[in-house]
Amino acid sequence: MPRVNYQAPTTVDDAVKLLAGASGIAKILSGGTDLLVQLKSGRLKPDLIIDTKRIPGLIGIREEGDAWVIGAATPGVMLSEHKQLEHAFPGVVEGVDLIGSMQIQGRCSLAGNLCNASPAADSVPPLITAGGIAIVAGPNGRREVPVEKIVTGPGQTSLAKGEFVVEFRLPKPKQRQSDAYLRFIPRTEMDIAVVGCAVNVTLDAGGTCTDARVCLGAVAPTQVIVDDAAKALIGHKLDDATLQSLDAAAQRACKPINDKRGTIEYRTKVAGVLARRTAAIAFDRAASRA
Amino acid sequence: MSKHHVSTVINGEPMEFLCEAQQTLLDCLRDEMGLTGSKEGCGSGDCGACTVICDGKLVCSCLMLGVEAEGRTITTVEGVAQGDKLHPVQQKFLEHAALQCGFCTPGFIVAAKALLDENKNPTEEETRYWLAGNLCRCTGYDKIIRAVLDAAAVMRGENPPSPAA
Repeated sequence: MPRVNYQAPTTVDDAVKLLAGASGIAKILSGGTDLLVQLKSGRLKPDLIIDTKRIPGLIGIREEGDAWVIGAATPGVMLSEHKQLEHAFPGVVEGVDLIGSMQIQGRCSLAGNLCNASPAADSVPPLITAGGIAIVAGPNGRREVPVEKIVTGPGQTSLAKGEFVVEFRLPKPKQRQSDAYLRFIPRTEMDIAVVGCAVNVTLDAGGTCTDARVCLGAVAPTQVIVDDAAKALIGHKLDDATLQSLDAAAQRACKPINDKRGTIEYRTKVAGVLARRTAAIAFDRAASRA
Repeated sequence: MSKHHVSTVINGEPMEFLCEAQQTLLDCLRDEMGLTGSKEGCGSGDCGACTVICDGKLVCSCLMLGVEAEGRTITTVEGVAQGDKLHPVQQKFLEHAALQCGFCTPGFIVAAKALLDENKNPTEEETRYWLAGNLCRCTGYDKIIRAVLDAAAVMRGENPPSPAA
């Protein structure tokens, strides 16, 4: 790999100063499972790497009032092992758990998966449907950004120079609210989503949906929040007619590419099927969270 | 650009080494410390030949910088046996002939040890998913999976029959 400088600050302020003051390209290192691959391939040639894992709180999961807070650099395996978090957001944990192998799980982070800005990132759709907020630190202090506002295109984010994600805040689910994430790949492990779908629903005591968020991955340049799919669910039980309108709404939201993993037609059809399947799991879970 | 001084514990021994920032942990293990058990297959986190355990978590040492090892505890394949006594996973790899060229074997051994440290009685499916990040291009996976499941049985105090020689 080409030569690079490395710093491991121990405070958010020091990290911001390093990021903002860097003369060339400065990159944040969380788990490095994307960054190091890009360094080795020569796609990225940073002058400075800033390792955030020595900053207290950047790794860890805690409850804070009515929210769960997840440190930006927390490795996937820590999320999967956290029983309370998994109970609160099974869909988020499913998304994280699908990133790479056990070796990758030992390092991969939510902030890395988000800021690498791949349309196929598995943890991003369920973070969005959970109403996740990214806490972004920068030269002008901290700001709260809905997760869906971070990625602006493949490899592109809305973060300004000197800014980085410190942690994620997920509002705790209400009664009878739950989520699910499914992705489709041509095999069972170690591949990138052809389509990913997250659904987060809230039900009333009779099983009718009162609130919903649906988000698709890998079918457009960024993750897509499908308002029409949410509308198809709200006010309904999950009967055949509801599933059909959900399927149609998901398909209408797709603007995918043709590539070796799937054609435009295929991805679009799979998006509808996955939306049905994901919704069924989310409804079941929500009904059990009485 | 000055080198970084890194203090770490590797296979139970306190170790210090000097490295440049862009050197991966795998580079440091092999080139700075002479621990050549960990292999570089793909260099991009796909094959698992470089697998080590860092603070209890399985990682690809090709996707971790050497400087990140400061203060961490690392186990490599060289630390799996206890002196001359092979770990049950190693013993069962031999008995089952779960290797041909052997290049992927260190990564499989380390990953399988980590599995059995965490789960004393994994199912075949759990074992296959756990080892999905380790690629082998000559043995095929069946013998490897049998070896790991047999090692688990040995570690539980059971005595699975050795495969026919």
